[in-house]
Amino acid sequence: MSYLPKPKLHHPKLPTNAIGLTRRDYEGAISTLCAGCGHDSISAAIIQACFNLSLPPHRIAKMSGIGCSSKTPTYFLGNAHGFNSVHGRMPSVLTGAYLANRDLVYLGVSGDGDSASIGFGQFAHSIRRGVNMCYIVENNGVYGLTKGQFSATSDWGSVAKKGAINTDQPIDLAAIAVQLGATFVARSFSGDKEQLVPLIEAALVHDGAAFIDVLSPCVAFNNHPGSTKSYDYVREHNEALNKLDIMLRRDEITVQYAPGEVTEVMQHDGTTLRLRKLHEGHDPTNRASAMHHILERKAAGEIVTGLIYVDPDPSALHEHLGTVTGPLNALGDGDLNPGVDALEAVNASLR
Amino acid sequence: MPQPLTATNDFVVKFANVNGSGSASANGLFAKSILRMGIPIASRNIFPSNIQGLPTWFEVRVSEAGHMGRRGGVDMMVAMNPQTWDRDVAEIEPGGYLFYDSTRPMPKSRFRDDITVIGVPLTEITNAAYTDPRQRQLFKNIVYLGALSALLDMEVEAVQQAIAAQFRGKEKLVPANYAALEKGRAWAQENLACPIGLTLKRADAVGERIFVEGNAAAALGAVYGGATVCAWYPITPSTSLAEAFEKYCGQLRKDPETGAKRYAIVQAEDELASIGMVIGAAWNGARSFTATSGPGISLMQEFVGLAYFAEIPAVIFDVQRAGPSTGMPTRTQQSDLLSAAYASHGDTKHVLLLPEDPTECFAFGADAFDLADRLQTPIFVMLDLDIGMNDWLCEPFKWDPARRMDRGKVLDAAGLDAAVSFGRYLDVDGDGIPYRTWPGTHPEKGAFFTRGTSRDRHARYTEEGAPYVDNMERLLKKFGTAKSIVPRPMTIPAKQPARDGVIFYGSSSAAMREALAALEADGIHLDAMRIRAFPFHQDVADFVAAHERVFVVEQNRDAQLRTLLVNEEEIDPARLIPVLHFDGTPITARFIHAAIAKRAAAANILPFRKATP
Repeated sequence: MSYLPKPKLHHPKLPTNAIGLTRRDYEGAISTLCAGCGHDSISAAIIQACFNLSLPPHRIAKMSGIGCSSKTPTYFLGNAHGFNSVHGRMPSVLTGAYLANRDLVYLGVSGDGDSASIGFGQFAHSIRRGVNMCYIVENNGVYGLTKGQFSATSDWGSVAKKGAINTDQPIDLAAIAVQLGATFVARSFSGDKEQLVPLIEAALVHDGAAFIDVLSPCVAFNNHPGSTKSYDYVREHNEALNKLDIMLRRDEITVQYAPGEVTEVMQHDGTTLRLRKLHEGHDPTNRASAMHHILERKAAGEIVTGLIYVDPDPSALHEHLGTVTGPLNALGDGDLNPGVDALEAVNASLR
Repeated sequence: MPQPLTATNDFVVKFANVNGSGSASANGLFAKSILRMGIPIASRNIFPSNIQGLPTWFEVRVSEAGHMGRRGGVDMMVAMNPQTWDRDVAEIEPGGYLFYDSTRPMPKSRFRDDITVIGVPLTEITNAAYTDPRQRQLFKNIVYLGALSALLDMEVEAVQQAIAAQFRGKEKLVPANYAALEKGRAWAQENLACPIGLTLKRADAVGERIFVEGNAAAALGAVYGGATVCAWYPITPSTSLAEAFEKYCGQLRKDPETGAKRYAIVQAEDELASIGMVIGAAWNGARSFTATSGPGISLMQEFVGLAYFAEIPAVIFDVQRAGPSTGMPTRTQQSDLLSAAYASHGDTKHVLLLPEDPTECFAFGADAFDLADRLQTPIFVMLDLDIGMNDWLCEPFKWDPARRMDRGKVLDAAGLDAAVSFGRYLDVDGDGIPYRTWPGTHPEKGAFFTRGTSRDRHARYTEEGAPYVDNMERLLKKFGTAKSIVPRPMTIPAKQPARDGVIFYGSSSAAMREALAALEADGIHLDAMRIRAFPFHQDVADFVAAHERVFVVEQNRDAQLRTLLVNEEEIDPARLIPVLHFDGTPITARFIHAAIAKRAAAANILPFRKATP
């Protein structure tokens, strides 16, 4: 019943953002996911982030693959075009859409089955190409829509609801994204809105491949005591690196750097990421140390969350390709057709 | 010994080489020199799936009459590859000629006594003239070109012009090549009886025609068709299509002031990603395409179904090769028709365009984008290796300067404001084609969710039976609309009223036309129809209905076009007689002639009425 519209009655005093929209204007249809699903919290965080950034909803393209996570774009940004594509293939569809029009904001939503198993290749290649996108994996470590099989992010030794023990090594998508050259990598937890919303905001304004791995417990199939992706397990093992604030395009940048406490990272587009550091020694602009830190904390049984890595001066695929600055889909006959004389010259060269 | 063959401007020369030896360039010069003498040729590469060291052949059919198909048989073999010597020598027609490097003596048993053997000590000549091993190898090819020019009575100026054209921009290489050419030519003139029975004589039969491969032509068609996004994965024999698109775009599609590209080309990680990008780009309003071959078509099946069901324009150039599986990757076939026409699971049907030569590859390459936008569905342009990777002498490319892109039913912001209501899958016009919007168009109107799951006319998710059936039937109606806008079939009527007909398509055309003339000379008159697209135009069913039996000429084992005819037009299979060639070589006029003549004789087909004078 997800197509049922929500009532459009707004509280008259709902706050509006810089473009005069309320938070309700960023909502979508009513969720059909299970009550308590972590994914719904992520949808709420996406709505909040887009509202906070005052993004015009229709200038966002929501792309997804197949699975519980990939159903969620119906539940937010009702005035944005959405594309629920093929299992594991959201990244290629998003890449194509981005090639056609570089002026929209691309939000890719995927799951651990969608991105770590069937779509592992497309996940990897979209990241290494530098597609300008915010790529969110709603990671519950389980196949929900087919009722409880292990996924490729299920931890070694984790126990399925019916008692089976996972003996395969897990894939850490955030670590791989760092290795593949993503220019923004974060991890968060669906239950930690305070951490998650600013991370999504920062990823949305990041001009490059931004990836967020969001641990999102599956209340139906992966929230029991043997699971390493349950609410309780993640809360107990969460090792937050930092708390992020994002400041948009300030005219004047004042660096407030208190060693060991706050780091500011100014992005190429003028936005500033302000990190309240919770963990000493983590430099989010150093790819090698970011990778080292993930592995080190993992060995200690901890899940690193927060902004793991950011390149303050990223570049994206269109720049690499050397395309025109406007959208390709806006070019007309005059821009695209070389004309009759040019064709005659081609003919002459083939005689 | 039979009389040595004599012919002017009508014979077949085949070069047997080792790939990676630099022979392709010399062989190309041979072909282009003949064109410069105003004599039409049809040339074909026969090559292995390999870069260096394996046998490769280049066949040049000289035909002043303009026959562009493969003829079959070899009148002169230029045997430069010891590995394939025996089979090369065996292939020569009785009375034909064998040209070889006589530097090392060969035992008499390795020759035939019913052919003329022409030995030229190529290695000796080049070793005497050059010290660098690479030069010895490369110039050996030019030396044999020189010797052949004397033996076949070619105009040396024509060869020199071809060399000058080949090295345009690298002019300092020209004199050395002229010198090597002259070495071979002089040796032959001094030591051999020149010319032999096969000769070339200046003609005026080439006209305005151009000499180009189908892949390049299709790529240029994509440029003129307004394609801005190309996502592809390398696969023989389609690779040169994407590469040609990049080349032509580099010349014709850059912003003249900034040099910025008005196109984006991505070499994807596989065919799944290629077609995914094409679909994403097309969904977002860019004309986009991929180029692939059979294995790629297999991999794209799931996505093609999505594009069909979600109604997204996409153009797929399928340069067919011999399958199944890896099959013979460097050999030609028309064997992807069924897997393209019905690509993907569930009930699907797709539009196929069937070009006959590079001229049509260009035209259809551009038309495909209008059709995709108009019909909001994938369009397959079905080339094959023979058209795609061989240079064909064909009519020049044409473009109507008044032509504009047909972007189909796309609502912009003003259109949305003016529209009474918008439903992505509403059949407003009764042709089965709905209206679409591109992302980012309007702040409040026109947004919808694209999905591969079932939905109602307003793009809302549903699993109910009635809206599903409604949608599937509308898609069928749209496919019916396609029949009237895809390229129509072309008919070649027999010179006399004919009881039987023949249907053919794609790269079989040249051989078929030649075979029709030969059959006519035998008194076998057939009306012929060249099918240029699927779904079939009403003309096709009418053509079959008007004939007792119809031969269907194809380059595959399973008579795939015939299957489509039986399935889609409900034609009695007994009336459709398959003529099938599928050994991976291009079909020949001799093959078609023999196959049809045999069956026609068995059925005692005779014209039922003499032509009135």
